[in-house]
Amino acid sequence: MTSRPESPPWWRNRRYLPWLVQGVGALLIGVVVAFLLTNLLLNLTARGLLLSWSWLGQPAGFDLAETVLPFDASLPYWQAMLAGLVNTLRVVIAGLVGATLLGTLIGTASFSSNGLLRRLARIYVEVIRNIPLLLQLIFWYFVVFLSLPNGRDALQLPGIVLAKSGLFLGSPALIDGVWQAPLRFTVEFGALLTGLVVYTAAFIAEVVRGGIASVPNGQWEAATSLGLSPLLTLRRIVLPQALRVIVPGLNSQYISLAKNSSLAVACGFTDLYSVAETTLNQTGRAIEVMLILLGSYLVIDLVISALMNALNGLVQLRER
Amino acid sequence: MFLLRQVLFAGSLLGSLALIGCAGDGDGIQSQKMAAIKARGSLICGVDGKIPGFSFVSSDGSYSGLDVDICKATAAAVLSDPAKVTYRDLSSTERFAALSSGEVDLLSRNTTMTLSRDAAGGNALAFAPTTFFDGQAVMVPASSGIQSLKQVAGKPICVETGTSTELNLADRMRELSAAYTPLKFQSGDQTFAAYLQGRCVAVTSDRSQLAAKRTGFPNPAEHLLLPDMLSKEPLNPATINADPAWADAVRWVVYSLIQAEELGVTAANIDAKVADAKANKNLAQLRRFFGVDGDLGKQLGLPADFVVRSVKAVGNYGEVFERNVGTGSPLKLERGFNQQWRQGGLMYSPPFL
Repeated sequence: MTSRPESPPWWRNRRYLPWLVQGVGALLIGVVVAFLLTNLLLNLTARGLLLSWSWLGQPAGFDLAETVLPFDASLPYWQAMLAGLVNTLRVVIAGLVGATLLGTLIGTASFSSNGLLRRLARIYVEVIRNIPLLLQLIFWYFVVFLSLPNGRDALQLPGIVLAKSGLFLGSPALIDGVWQAPLRFTVEFGALLTGLVVYTAAFIAEVVRGGIASVPNGQWEAATSLGLSPLLTLRRIVLPQALRVIVPGLNSQYISLAKNSSLAVACGFTDLYSVAETTLNQTGRAIEVMLILLGSYLVIDLVISALMNALNGLVQLRER
Repeated sequence: MFLLRQVLFAGSLLGSLALIGCAGDGDGIQSQKMAAIKARGSLICGVDGKIPGFSFVSSDGSYSGLDVDICKATAAAVLSDPAKVTYRDLSSTERFAALSSGEVDLLSRNTTMTLSRDAAGGNALAFAPTTFFDGQAVMVPASSGIQSLKQVAGKPICVETGTSTELNLADRMRELSAAYTPLKFQSGDQTFAAYLQGRCVAVTSDRSQLAAKRTGFPNPAEHLLLPDMLSKEPLNPATINADPAWADAVRWVVYSLIQAEELGVTAANIDAKVADAKANKNLAQLRRFFGVDGDLGKQLGLPADFVVRSVKAVGNYGEVFERNVGTGSPLKLERGFNQQWRQGGLMYSPPFL
């Protein structure tokens, strides 16, 4: 007389119910999202703001101050945006390298046995990271770089000239009052790069300091008692252990640097944002231009993030 | 319990999405904008705020200038009080978004009327009549010895981004087949700072703007305006296409100032003129203009005497010009194209009929 336990009716069956509820929920969300999107499209159409990308192929009509790829006003908008993107990447990559070097130097300096060096590192970090980056960029550009002498009075070394218009390398010549050279970096690029490097280095220094501090003192002492020099101790014993803590922190600093590069408009550098602004004003396609901008910065930051995550995987402790 | 959690979760998600869903749709036949302004009791006017003579904030926070006077005249017409204006300082990139999103009711900010800004498929603005006929010019230090635009070739020029200035400069330099380096800055202040620091040998902007900014230079006499006119820059107040009734009202407020000058009506004599018109049935034109006869104001959705209110608030166009940018002001600009049509200028109001 054994009765099989009767399976409960479907509305109380724990096997189907969750699926059912989730399914209905997903359907409802889908309907609402579809309604919102249709509504958005309808309203955009009513205002004549429907997304269109054909303008990207029209001639830009404006010039750019500095480009790596050749550019002139008869080329289309997408090439202008590309030239801006290349300039942004140029300053971001140079900035990442510079900020990492300077930041590591200052971060390790705060463990120096030299008291003066230690204090200077602390002062640097506290001063720089507490002043808004925009103000620092304006300072570097208008106060420092634009105070450089111009024309004939420019600072000259064999093969190198530093003038108000930029740094010229490789036999610069003064033609009609303007310096010309095969390789040149404008002061706008210089000011933006200096500002980004100096600012981000302060944060990186803190990340590096935190990483080194996380290595127990005993490791230093053990290395010293083995007769390793302080530099060798740092390189072979402390840094490999500190990197595990440093890399994740660096990731977010790198991402900030890439995003902060859009402050270039403050110092007249032709970056992606600056080109986009002109494009927006000439075409009136605000939504499309903003989408391109958002997408570009998102991709740049995701790439940085992916690279740093790969690096993180390399420096993590491998347990055997 | 489990079921309840699931339902609650789905419900809260839906609820939050529904909140985003409240989207408005645009236009009616009557002016929604004017109704909104009256309900708010204040006209929100987008201005630049940094150009002496056009719109400038003084140290006590009050606004003055030609663009500002258009805001005041409109507020006087709609709300009977020229002081009921809320000013918004807008950069050249913000201005159209601020206008089309409805953040400002009226844009009176050195805006050049162009086809793409006017067209429904472009920025979809509705332009009021030109309040200042301007043109793009180039300023250089007197010590540079530069006499014409061609001599600027190969040298850096400071430009503000997001203005028609960039395009005009590129066009003209291509015509002259002269290479140049455009250094672009987001704000006018930065553009002129870089120029004064000597980063550029020239700075380009509208002639009126250059003259205005020059008044603030340490030594205005050391800077010259080149004779080249790079463009036509008719500066017009603007509203949105979507509200034609509001655009009409603004258009005719501006015309009323121009017409008042033509008819010799000034802020000082307007009371006497109105009294004359009321007493004398033969002054038909003035009677219609002041709203004594007819329903011109009503057709625009404005008070019958909107002309009287506007002119009383700021004076006629000539007075507005002289006070803010004319030869008596620090800008010292001649009337030029901005003279009345009878004096050979371009200021011409259609009839008030």
